[in-house]
Amino acid sequence: MTHRGYRYRPTGPGVRNRGFHLPQVPDGAARAAALTVGAGVLLVGAATLLRATTQDHGVRDSAPGRTSRQSFHGAYAVTGRSVTVNRPRAEIFAFWRDFANLARFMENVERVETRGEQSVWTISAPAGATVTVRTRVVSERPDEEIAWQSTEDSDIDTRGKVLFRDAPGGRGTIVEAIVAYRPPGGQVGRLTAKLFQKEPAIQSRRDLKRLKMFLETGEVATSQNRKAA
Amino acid sequence: MRALTFQGKQDVRVDTVPDPQIVNPRDAIIEVTATAICGSDLHLYDGVIPGVMSGDILGHEFMGRVVETGADSTLQKDQRVVVPFTISCGKCFHCVKSQYSACDNSNPAEKQDLTEPLYGHALSGLFGYSHLTGGYPGGQAQYVRVPFSDIGPVVIPDGPEDEEVLFLSDILPTGWMAAENCDIEPGDTVAVWGCGPVGLFAIQSALLMGAHQVIAIDHYPNRLALARRLGAKVIDYRGTRVLEALKEMTGGIGPDAVIDAVGTESHGLAPDNVLDSMKQKIGFGADRGHVLREAIMACRKGGRVSVPGVYGGFVDKFPLGAFMEKGLQMRTGQTHVQKYAPDLLRRIQEGEIDTTFLISHRLPLEDAPRGYANFHANQDEWTKVVLKP
Repeated sequence: MTHRGYRYRPTGPGVRNRGFHLPQVPDGAARAAALTVGAGVLLVGAATLLRATTQDHGVRDSAPGRTSRQSFHGAYAVTGRSVTVNRPRAEIFAFWRDFANLARFMENVERVETRGEQSVWTISAPAGATVTVRTRVVSERPDEEIAWQSTEDSDIDTRGKVLFRDAPGGRGTIVEAIVAYRPPGGQVGRLTAKLFQKEPAIQSRRDLKRLKMFLETGEVATSQNRKAA
Repeated sequence: MRALTFQGKQDVRVDTVPDPQIVNPRDAIIEVTATAICGSDLHLYDGVIPGVMSGDILGHEFMGRVVETGADSTLQKDQRVVVPFTISCGKCFHCVKSQYSACDNSNPAEKQDLTEPLYGHALSGLFGYSHLTGGYPGGQAQYVRVPFSDIGPVVIPDGPEDEEVLFLSDILPTGWMAAENCDIEPGDTVAVWGCGPVGLFAIQSALLMGAHQVIAIDHYPNRLALARRLGAKVIDYRGTRVLEALKEMTGGIGPDAVIDAVGTESHGLAPDNVLDSMKQKIGFGADRGHVLREAIMACRKGGRVSVPGVYGGFVDKFPLGAFMEKGLQMRTGQTHVQKYAPDLLRRIQEGEIDTTFLISHRLPLEDAPRGYANFHANQDEWTKVVLKP
């Protein structure tokens, strides 16, 4: 199966992108950074979520855009990871689709509650604080894909998707999670920055490894010798 | 409980620490009845393996009695078990292929950050062997929390003494796998560098697998005598030119397979080793690769290089030209203990393998620091230390 990610190539200052609009950002420095970078993540519409454009003269390779040497700049940070889980695709999809389960393997997610069409994520932040993220599902293909984006009243502007496909050779299922977020200003922004900006790839890598552990072994490995108090 | 803890370079102490508890459903708690100091513990003792923290409980060769089981453990209270030093989930891609020491799920996710940049992939979990492999409290203690207790521990029936089966935890399967990695054919000569416990078990295993001759290389008279007793021919590298001798002892061909059972802290005053020792003293990252270099130079064209010896970082002056031009193959890795332990237990029960000949000292756990110091300083006489908590 071909990869669904698209390679991102920066086009440099002054090069116009086709069909691409940067979101308005309030911060001057962020705007300057956003304008300097001539391409980025297309964040409108579920179907085109997180697709990037390619350079006019560049040759598109097969690698996912997030592995580009030129990292994303501008208002949105993007991170994504893949993991192969030795379980059937339908089982993993069902587990993920019950969003309350996400807190079982995501380190900083305290709980996810469903309120109508919204999911309310309570995320622990440094110094005992919490951040509330509200999302709604914007597209869903059973056993293949779930995409979400934050609602207006969310503390964090974020969107993401998770893709499920069969791994070759009976190795189970490849789970690919991609998350984009825009840190807001103020106190929440600082907390968010601490939460995500330090090294967003690490958290997603750890969380997907915990997902794999939980689904393959029934538990999340720890070297703690005693239960948490 | 009482446990041997790492305090700093060449400083270990027996401390009182909290007893372990069942944390995950597949856990069991083992009351340790016998445990051993491994040669690879000396790499931790010397501070050449990164990621060891003050207070860490060492030890990865242990056995004991089951005292508590989690909801999903298949063990029963009072069963006598030997615990493999490799922690393996039994469910992931690698475990299903019997590559237990490559388990994806046994090293806690937050600990995997350490080895992924260093090695390209995260390592699996090991008992008592630095936070690179999970930071799991080790077996030189009165009690141990054993994760995935339905996959690892080997239940020992009545009959054999603890000492006869204890080494199923690491060094016996490690020596066996080292020999298996040699793909021994009739008529083969296998050369083994290092007559420590792993080297000695590799010698015994290679002969059982049908090697025509095994040539053991060391400089400690007592260890060379143990190798000779197993049926090996021996070379004392202090008095003999090793490469020349190996060729002359194989009709000019060279050994068909070579085993580096020494690893990162090779001895001797060869120029490359002196330089490597200086680099290793400066800090993390430099392995001393003298034995591996010599083994590659010795190996016949098209031969096999088996590396049970432990390395942690980088080695330079690697004779890649000789390795490539001679068409050698190399196989290495932490031991897939769970793959070999049941068959080796049978061989012990049937008297085919002797496991106790290399034990030189038996000490109470409280004397473990003395065991480390002597095993480190007097390797000729101190070949293997068994501790009784």
